[in-house]
Amino acid sequence: MPDKRRNYYLSAHTEINPRIMNETIQFNLNGESVRVTTDSDRLLLWVLRTDLGLTGTKYGCGEGICGACTVLINDEAVRSCITSLKEVENKKVVTIEGLAHNDKPNVLQQAFMDHDALQCGYCTPGMIMNATALLKHNPHPTREQIIAGMNDNLCRCGAHKRIMEAVETAAKETGGQ
Amino acid sequence: MKKEHIFDLDFTDIMDPKFDRRDFIRAAGGGIFIFMLLGHLPLEAQQESTARPQLPTDFNAFLRIGEDGRVSLFTGKIEMGQGVITSLAQMLADELDVELTTIDMVMGDTDLCPWDMGTFGSMSTRFFGPPLREAGAEGRHVLIQLAAEYLNVPAGELITVDGVVYNNHNKNQKVTYAQLAKGKAIGRHATGKVPVKTPDQFKVMGKSYNHQDAFVKVTGKAHYAGDIRLPGMLYAAVLRPPSHAANRTSLDLSEARKVNGAVVIHDNDLVAVLHELPDVAEETLTKIKATYDIPESDLNEKTIFDHLLRVAPAGEQIAKNGSQTVGTRLSATVVEKTYLDGYVAHAPIEPHTAVAHVEGDKATVWPSSQTPFRAKDEVAEALGLKAKNVRIISPFVGGGFGGKSRNLQVVEAARLSKLSGKPVMVAWTRGDEFFKDSFRPAAVVKIRSGIDKTGHLMLWNYDVYFAGQRGATHFYSIPNSLTVSRYPRWGEKSPHPFAVGAWRAPGNNTNTFARESHIDIMAAAAGIDPVEFRLQNLTDPKMTGVLKAAAKKFGWTPAKGPSGRGYGVALGIDAGTYVASMAEVEVDTKTGKIRVKRVLAAQDMGLAVNPEGSAIQMEGCITMGLGYALAEELHFKGGAVQDLNFDSYDIPRFSWLPEIETVIIDAKNDPPQGGGEPAIVTMGAVIANAVFDAVGARVLQMPLTPERVLEAMKEKG
Ligand code: FES
Ligand code: FES
Repeated sequence: MPDKRRNYYLSAHTEINPRIMNETIQFNLNGESVRVTTDSDRLLLWVLRTDLGLTGTKYGCGEGICGACTVLINDEAVRSCITSLKEVENKKVVTIEGLAHNDKPNVLQQAFMDHDALQCGYCTPGMIMNATALLKHNPHPTREQIIAGMNDNLCRCGAHKRIMEAVETAAKETGGQ
Repeated sequence: MKKEHIFDLDFTDIMDPKFDRRDFIRAAGGGIFIFMLLGHLPLEAQQESTARPQLPTDFNAFLRIGEDGRVSLFTGKIEMGQGVITSLAQMLADELDVELTTIDMVMGDTDLCPWDMGTFGSMSTRFFGPPLREAGAEGRHVLIQLAAEYLNVPAGELITVDGVVYNNHNKNQKVTYAQLAKGKAIGRHATGKVPVKTPDQFKVMGKSYNHQDAFVKVTGKAHYAGDIRLPGMLYAAVLRPPSHAANRTSLDLSEARKVNGAVVIHDNDLVAVLHELPDVAEETLTKIKATYDIPESDLNEKTIFDHLLRVAPAGEQIAKNGSQTVGTRLSATVVEKTYLDGYVAHAPIEPHTAVAHVEGDKATVWPSSQTPFRAKDEVAEALGLKAKNVRIISPFVGGGFGGKSRNLQVVEAARLSKLSGKPVMVAWTRGDEFFKDSFRPAAVVKIRSGIDKTGHLMLWNYDVYFAGQRGATHFYSIPNSLTVSRYPRWGEKSPHPFAVGAWRAPGNNTNTFARESHIDIMAAAAGIDPVEFRLQNLTDPKMTGVLKAAAKKFGWTPAKGPSGRGYGVALGIDAGTYVASMAEVEVDTKTGKIRVKRVLAAQDMGLAVNPEGSAIQMEGCITMGLGYALAEELHFKGGAVQDLNFDSYDIPRFSWLPEIETVIIDAKNDPPQGGGEPAIVTMGAVIANAVFDAVGARVLQMPLTPERVLEAMKEKG
């Protein structure tokens, strides 16, 4: 029985072995091509936060339950805590750091600011990335569709009401684009 | 401003008679300094500061008007989502007559900010607000004096607008705050003699501002403890026993030691793997083999209540009036009930985290902590360092709710840094968080109360086991009343199988659930509408005020319960703030599942410095409160916690969201009261009362799970 308190960051079959820490994986990160040399079974969350220094993507549960680690992979919202590096090979990854241009928040980020759709802000990057994917696929969602689409992103501070409002506003303004 | 090494001193130095405060001011970059002292602290805080006689007793926060005209407020408080970074700045901006954007908040850095007890208990605005405003007013007064000299105009003819002093009769004669601060090293204490603004003069207070920290938080730039990166830093994975009661009988580190780059640490109770990659540290930890002896225990979430009643200490009387015998005699109907509440987790989305860097006899720590100064002492003690050589720098905190006050992870990081000689990050996994964090204590409340034939409360007997005193006393007008609290005294053995601690409005959630459920039972027994019943038993005008405001906005029409509408009401007081909540629910009588359709909270919190910020806190309280009311309850077997992630411990989600409305009573002439906690205390009772109104079944135990609702429906028959 594995200890449930631990997060098994590596897929179960993988042994840490220094010999395989030198696989090179290439992918597009926030519009730029990057190459990372490491064990390709490592999880994307830790590669982003540690190897690539992009700390906007957060750890909340490590088991794909909370959504704090959500990033876009080829425009799909994906939980980076249960996605291995090799799964993103040659794909397009966008993190929270990739949304603003020249320090100008995008429409959704601005809507989060205008609606005060955050308190501690820790769930916020995951919320915004998840909502980005939601609006990409469905630019004019109904309230029910937003609830269903956001339901697996957890927030402990209780910012839900304003997150809903922010997503609705962003959808209205641009259809999310 | 650059935060690094502005003043290389500990605030204890200030008490040294040889220490010249002007040196401090010069070291801090010059300008005009106003020192302030938080007065009239609650008892716990007073005790904490008298226990530290070496600290300056004449101030615990200060502001600086710098030579660049920017205003910095230095305070040991921290920002964890409650919005004080904005509301404190608002108060200061208004009193000083500067734009809000001119203010820099320097928070929770123990080298830059004077001692502060911590950020909890909704105290930041309540107790900090008045002295902060006085300090702002004092600063403005100093600036006017300087300007009078500078412009050669009598002070009485000067006015201040947006950081500039003008001659009221000739607007061309003016001088900026920056010019006035130039080359100065002035230190003043807020005397409280300079009058603060009256509400009709407010320009910034009482208005809504978006959170000042929103931009960094929506762009991923905000740094939490886990986002700190130091050269050579190692990430720790710490070995946890399977139960809080476990004793380790064997430990085999050999396999872990073989992993390339892993540093395995074994120091008494502390066993950890350090690695430059956090995931590799975690993986390596699984290679450690340990066996444990776990004593048998039959304690679990079901048996805990009998256990608590069995081991309860003698009660402490905390309020009494009239006579219980007389009250019983005057009562036509007496009802006695027992209310139960299980353990609840804080479960912030950011788990406890800390980065520590110990170098020689100095340590610097970046923790997620609500109590940076306590963390400083704890690190000093654990490492045998002088407290003045320990610096705590507070990054943003990703939710605390009372849980991030104990700093266990801070001490772990500090010890591991010392042992390894490297900077170390300890970031608890979600499982660590569910195991090592403290919980809201399980508790029992027994209430016996009586009404006369007209539905007036004659008797109240309240006995609370282990929830604590906050919210235990009632605010109804009852001629014969006794309130008793049973809580382990300092040093007495804890009855709980793991650590318990303050949880957003500690004690009050449990107490308000019990009291307001019971009041509702009495209303039903009297055959009176629950709002009417409350009004006829209340004399406190603030309470009747919020209740009427809630009823009006909610559209409450009188009906005796159960009316079938699914309407509930509950009242509470927390942190000086009065709350009336109303809810509408729907109960699926087949499954017992509750759907909360609407929740309204009306609140009298005195001056609401940032009304929108207060509304956000109320919404947060309502949403978070749904969790403990409907679902949250920790499962355990003795000291072994069974819920270790959000798969089995469900917290509120978007789909739970009712329609939420908030009402803030206009009370700008009253001092500000707490806002981060009050609206959560009523959530258990307002839903339980609405469930009763819907289906006539009374659930006496939180959370109101579908099973308990079905059970209560069966009982009622
Ligand atoms: S950290 Fe990935 S879903 Fe929670
Ligand atoms: S804002 Fe704190 S967890 Fe969502």
